[in-house]
Amino acid sequence: MNRPAAGRDHLAYWRRNLRYVGILLAIWALVSYGAGIVFADALDAVRIPGTGFPLGFWFAQQGAIYVFVVLIFVYVFLMNRLDRAFDVDERDEEGAA
Amino acid sequence: MTVLQWTATLVGLSFALYIGIAIWSRAHSTSEFYVAGKGVHPLANGMATAADWMSAASFISMAGIISFLGYDGSVYLMGWTGGYVLLALLLAPYLRKFGAFTVPDFVGERYYSQTARVVAVICAIFVSFTYVAGQMRGVGIVFSRFLEIDIVWGVVIGMGIVFFYAVLGGMKGITYTQVAQYCVLIFAYMVPAIFLSMLVTGIPIPQIGLGAADQETGTFLLDRLNGLHQELGFTAYTDGTKSTLDVLAITAALMVGTAGLPHVIIRFYTVPKVRDARISVGWALVFIALLYTAAPAVAVFARTNLLNTVTDQPYAEMPEWFTKWETTGLISYEDHNGDGLIQYVGPEAVDAAGAPVQNELTIDRDIMVLANPEIARLPNWVVGLVAAGGLAAALSTAAGLLLVLSAAISHDLLKRNWRPDISERGELIAARISAGAAVLVAGYLGINPPGFVAEVVAFAFGLAASSFFPVIILGIFSKRLNREGAIAGMLCGITLTAAYIVYFKFVNPAANVAENWWFGISPEGIGSIGMAVNFAVAIVVSRFTPAPPAEAQRLVERIRLPRGAGEAHEISS
Repeated sequence: MNRPAAGRDHLAYWRRNLRYVGILLAIWALVSYGAGIVFADALDAVRIPGTGFPLGFWFAQQGAIYVFVVLIFVYVFLMNRLDRAFDVDERDEEGAA
Repeated sequence: MTVLQWTATLVGLSFALYIGIAIWSRAHSTSEFYVAGKGVHPLANGMATAADWMSAASFISMAGIISFLGYDGSVYLMGWTGGYVLLALLLAPYLRKFGAFTVPDFVGERYYSQTARVVAVICAIFVSFTYVAGQMRGVGIVFSRFLEIDIVWGVVIGMGIVFFYAVLGGMKGITYTQVAQYCVLIFAYMVPAIFLSMLVTGIPIPQIGLGAADQETGTFLLDRLNGLHQELGFTAYTDGTKSTLDVLAITAALMVGTAGLPHVIIRFYTVPKVRDARISVGWALVFIALLYTAAPAVAVFARTNLLNTVTDQPYAEMPEWFTKWETTGLISYEDHNGDGLIQYVGPEAVDAAGAPVQNELTIDRDIMVLANPEIARLPNWVVGLVAAGGLAAALSTAAGLLLVLSAAISHDLLKRNWRPDISERGELIAARISAGAAVLVAGYLGINPPGFVAEVVAFAFGLAASSFFPVIILGIFSKRLNREGAIAGMLCGITLTAAYIVYFKFVNPAANVAENWWFGISPEGIGSIGMAVNFAVAIVVSRFTPAPPAEAQRLVERIRLPRGAGEAHEISS
C-alpha cells in the first residue's frame, strides 16, 4: 500500500469506480425520473402487450423498482471484479473482528 | 375461531418469538450492542434492513395512500426504493470501511470536529424521534382496532416488548428479531394480497394480477377502475393530479432521505466486510421490493372492492367491517340528500341531469390495508395475520430508531464528548439506560402524536435528506470538503427544510396550497431543495476556508479502498 506505484493504481481504481457509479446512476435516473415521471404521460400511450398496464404507469409503480434491484446486483458484480483486478479486495481472514 | 381470538393468538405467538430471540441474543459488549459485533450475515442483514426500513407507514398506510392517490402514489413506491441504489453505490461500502458505530461518528472524524459531531447528533435525534412517533402510533392503532384495547394500552404493550429486546440485546437482539419480524410481516402482507389477486383476477401473483383482466367483466382491471373513477368524478386512476416538478421533488426527497436515515445506514455497519455491505443492500432491496411491488396491486384491488361495496348502496345494509371502523371514527357517513344510499364521489361528480353531487363518505386512508381482508371477506385468520404483520412492521422500525437514539446519547455524546474515559462496562450501562429512556419518550409521542403516521414520517425524510446525505457523500467523494463547509451545510439544509415544513404544516396550515409553495414544491418535496442548499453551501464555504488537514484526507483515501476493513475497525473503535 505504501509503494509509490500503488498511489497511481488506486487513482485508476477510483476513476473506474466513479465511471461505473456514473453509468448506473444515469440508468437509475432514467427509469425513475425519466420513464416514471417526466415521460410517463407520453409512455402511457403505449401498453405492455397482453396486459392492462400503460407503460409510464407501469414504470412508476413496478418497473423502476425491478430495475433498481438489478442495478445494485450489477454494481456488486462489477466492483467485486474491479477489487480483484486492482488487488484491493478483502482477504478472507479479515472481518472476523 | 373468531377474528379476535385469531388476532390474539397470532399476535401473542409473534411476541413470544421476539422475546425468545431477545433472550437468546443478549449483548455482552458495546460492539455487540451498537453494531451486533459486526458479524451479521449479509442475507440476514438484508432481511433485518427490510424490516427496519418497512415501517407502520409502509405496511399500514402505503397501499391505502396509493389506493386514494392512484398514479400520484408512485412517489412513495419509487422514492422509498430508489434510495437503496444510492445507499449501495454511494454510502454503504465506504461507511462500512470506515467501521464506526454511528453516523455522527463518521461526521465527527471525517470533519475533525466535535461541533460537526454534535450537529450530526442533534440531526439524528431529531429525525429519529419524528420517525419513531409514527411507529408507536401505528402500534396503538392496530391494538385498538383488532384487539379492542385502548390506544394508550396498545402503545404501552408495544413499548414493553421493544424495551425488552432493545435494552437487553441492543443491535444484536434487534437484528435477529428484525429477521423474524420481516418473515412475519411479509407473510402477513402477501397472503391477503395473493387471496385478493385470486379473487379479483384469478392470477395468484399480485404484481401480474395488477395488469390482468378482472374476472367479473373481462376488461382490464386498470381500465375498469379508470372508468369507475371517471363515472364518480375522480381523476383517472393511472393519471396524476400533482405537478410534474412536485412529483420530481417529492420522489427525490424520499430517495435521498432514505439513503440518509441513520437507522438504515447503521444496519450496514453490522456486516463483516465491505463487499458484504454492498451485496447486503441488494438483498435488502429484494426483500423490500417484494412488498413494494405488491402494494400497488393491493391498492387497486382495495379501491375496486371499496367502490363496488359502497357506491349507491343503502347505508343500512353495510357489512360488519363498515360499522366497526365507523366506531373508531375512521369512516364517517353523512346522508346529505337523505336517500339512505351512499354517494361516494369525487369533486367533479354530476348526476344524470348534470347537477353536482355531494360526497357523503369520508374514509381514512390508513385503514385500507387493515380493512382489506374484511372487505374482501377473507377468512378470520387472515385478518389476525394482518394485525400481527402491522405490529411487526411498526415494532421492528421502532427498535432500529431507538438504537440510533441510544447510541447517539451514550456513544456520541457521553463517550465521545463528556466522558471519554468511561469504561466499556459503563458505556454499555449508559447505552441501556438511554435506550430505556428513548422508549418512554417514543411511547409518549405515540400516545400524543404530532400528526398522521404518514405525514410525520414524510417529515423525517425531508430532514434526513437535507442534513446527512450531502455531508456524507461529500465526505467520501471530495477530499476538499472541510469542517466549516460541512457544519454550515448541515445547519442551512435542515433549518430551511424544517422551517418550510413547520410553517406549512403547523404554523399556517391554511396556506398549504400550491399557489403559496416555492416553485410549486410541496412540504413533502422540500427536502430535495434543502439537500441542494446543503450541497451548495458546503461546497462554497469550503472553497473560502482552509483545506482539511492531511489526516482527514488520508481517511478519505483509506475508506475508498475495500482492503483492511478489519484493521479499520480496530483503529477507530
